[in-house]
Amino acid sequence: MSRPSDRLYRPRQVRRRVFGVLFAGLCLLATLSGVVVLAVLLGSVLAKAMSYPPNPPWYALGQHAGEFWRFMTRIATSTNSPEPGEAGFKAGIAGSLWLLVLVAVIAIPTGVGAGLYLEEYAPPGRVRRTIQTNIANLAGVPSIVYGILGLVVFSRAFGFDPLALGKMLWAGALTLSLLVLPIVVIATQESLRAVPPSLRQAALALGATRWQVIRDHVLPSALPGILTGTILSLSRAIGETAPLLMVGAANSILYTPSSPADYYTALPVEIYNFATLPREEFRTVAAGGILILLALLLSMNAVAIFLRTPTGRRFAGRAISQVSRMGWAVSQAVFPSHRAFANGDSEAGVPGPAPNPSITNPGDPHPK
Amino acid sequence: MSIDQQSQTPPVDLPSPETSAVVLEARDLSVWYGSTEALRQINIAIPRNRITALIGPSGCGKSTLLRCFNRMNDLIPSFRMEGHLEFDGDQIVGDQVDPVALRRRVGMVFQKPNPFPKTVYQNVAWGARINGYTGNMDELVERSLRRAALWDEVKDKLHRSGLDLSGGQQQRLCIARTLAVEPEVILMDEPCSALDPISTARVEDLMEDLKDDYTIVIVTHNMQQARRTSDMTACLMLDQDRGDSHRPGVLAEFSPTDLLFTTPKDRRTEAYITGRIG
Repeated sequence: MSRPSDRLYRPRQVRRRVFGVLFAGLCLLATLSGVVVLAVLLGSVLAKAMSYPPNPPWYALGQHAGEFWRFMTRIATSTNSPEPGEAGFKAGIAGSLWLLVLVAVIAIPTGVGAGLYLEEYAPPGRVRRTIQTNIANLAGVPSIVYGILGLVVFSRAFGFDPLALGKMLWAGALTLSLLVLPIVVIATQESLRAVPPSLRQAALALGATRWQVIRDHVLPSALPGILTGTILSLSRAIGETAPLLMVGAANSILYTPSSPADYYTALPVEIYNFATLPREEFRTVAAGGILILLALLLSMNAVAIFLRTPTGRRFAGRAISQVSRMGWAVSQAVFPSHRAFANGDSEAGVPGPAPNPSITNPGDPHPK
Repeated sequence: MSIDQQSQTPPVDLPSPETSAVVLEARDLSVWYGSTEALRQINIAIPRNRITALIGPSGCGKSTLLRCFNRMNDLIPSFRMEGHLEFDGDQIVGDQVDPVALRRRVGMVFQKPNPFPKTVYQNVAWGARINGYTGNMDELVERSLRRAALWDEVKDKLHRSGLDLSGGQQQRLCIARTLAVEPEVILMDEPCSALDPISTARVEDLMEDLKDDYTIVIVTHNMQQARRTSDMTACLMLDQDRGDSHRPGVLAEFSPTDLLFTTPKDRRTEAYITGRIG
């Protein structure tokens, strides 16, 4: 049973097992800490809501819900006002939705394009590594710094007035786009890296160009990841306040912007302003605004989560193939000669006996 | 085949009296990955409409040699080569040569079946479509699948995902996909290493069928497979002259398969095929 070499080992089975359990427990504690804070928050808010006056029995909650609903619709449909009973977030909601759309239009093509270039085209080397590192650094720059950048570059155009955007929606949208761009680039790169190399090789080995491989295989595979990262970055843009304060999101706008050249305000900016007003009632209004903002952010995150599920992947794939088919139709209309080029491939590339006799394949043993 | 191409008769014994023209040729080919030499001074001429097997121990550069013929090594940043590579008498490497056009004519089947995550039909049709195929696509898909001996198994699930097929079927789907762009040469990189014996036998039968229309080059670790399927066999070895860990691959012997396995001329080949080394 006991061999001479056994003396060289000290298994310490019990101690090792205890350490294992302890470590797992610490990790569990770390996991729960976030959940616990959220639970305490929701619990205390709920308890406060339930106890306010005069301790309604459970069957009276319906009235409160109705009252709550009326309050929410009022603040969602009325603009800013010095009277808390008439104040609302209509301008802020409209401004935030404008920002959302503009940031999506600016940041998604730019960020996905940059990610594609870095991952699929850029030759590896010092230049690529430098760009890579600096994009990662940009993702960590505080948002107020982007606000100052936006103020100098977009709002004032370095003092060159004809190009200065001032307090227009454009200024805010461009600033927020810069803010989320690194996140979109990194999400795109991560998703592209997850596409198996065997897929690219298979497509290239059939004589596909890089662009064809990316369009038909790499992008569709990476799409759910790209969309998820992009949507999460957009919800970050929606929640930002600090950079918008720098580039002119005004306190009290009483109309909803109707073009990107209008002045604007945003939901978080309005919430902040209401919360700083002295009258107690404005805090209720601010709290209602927070609920609207949270509902917006959580529903965007829900879309991102949905796109990760198999159903969501199919959905995204179908949507994208629809869009790319439209793009193909447009390119056919604009460049009708495209197909002719494609057919001329065999003459263009490797010289040699271009008309391949096996294309017509008279010796096909399995004729149809 | 023009006259001057036929005059470049390779310096090897051909499997049959009727002389077969050279379709792929490497002359003094050396390959490096970074500073590591992977292949040294390879001279090989691969005959048309034959199956040529590349055998040899792990790490001797069989796959590297194979991937030189359709420039798939270009994807590896540290790859570097010297020497001449010709396909049908034309340069494979050079400023004039478009690897995209080359790869359509020199197709490839990979070690692990890698169908696209699309339907069976789209798997076959995609290569033809991106190469601007103007014929009847349904016919091409059916012909390619029949040619790959897969039609009867998938004709009712053409619009199901290619990933739902079994491993052996997936590999034949990859062969059908390659056939659909009508290549002249098919490079196979251990195509059966992930397959069971029955699927392997089907792929081997298929190779025999395809030989009439295509030139096949196959890398295999399985010497029985090389012996069963190929007309010519090239045995690559690690260079023995150097004792360090980075020994490049060299071509030990290139002969008709039956000769190489019965009366090997090279001592190292003999040691390898009899199982003394490897």
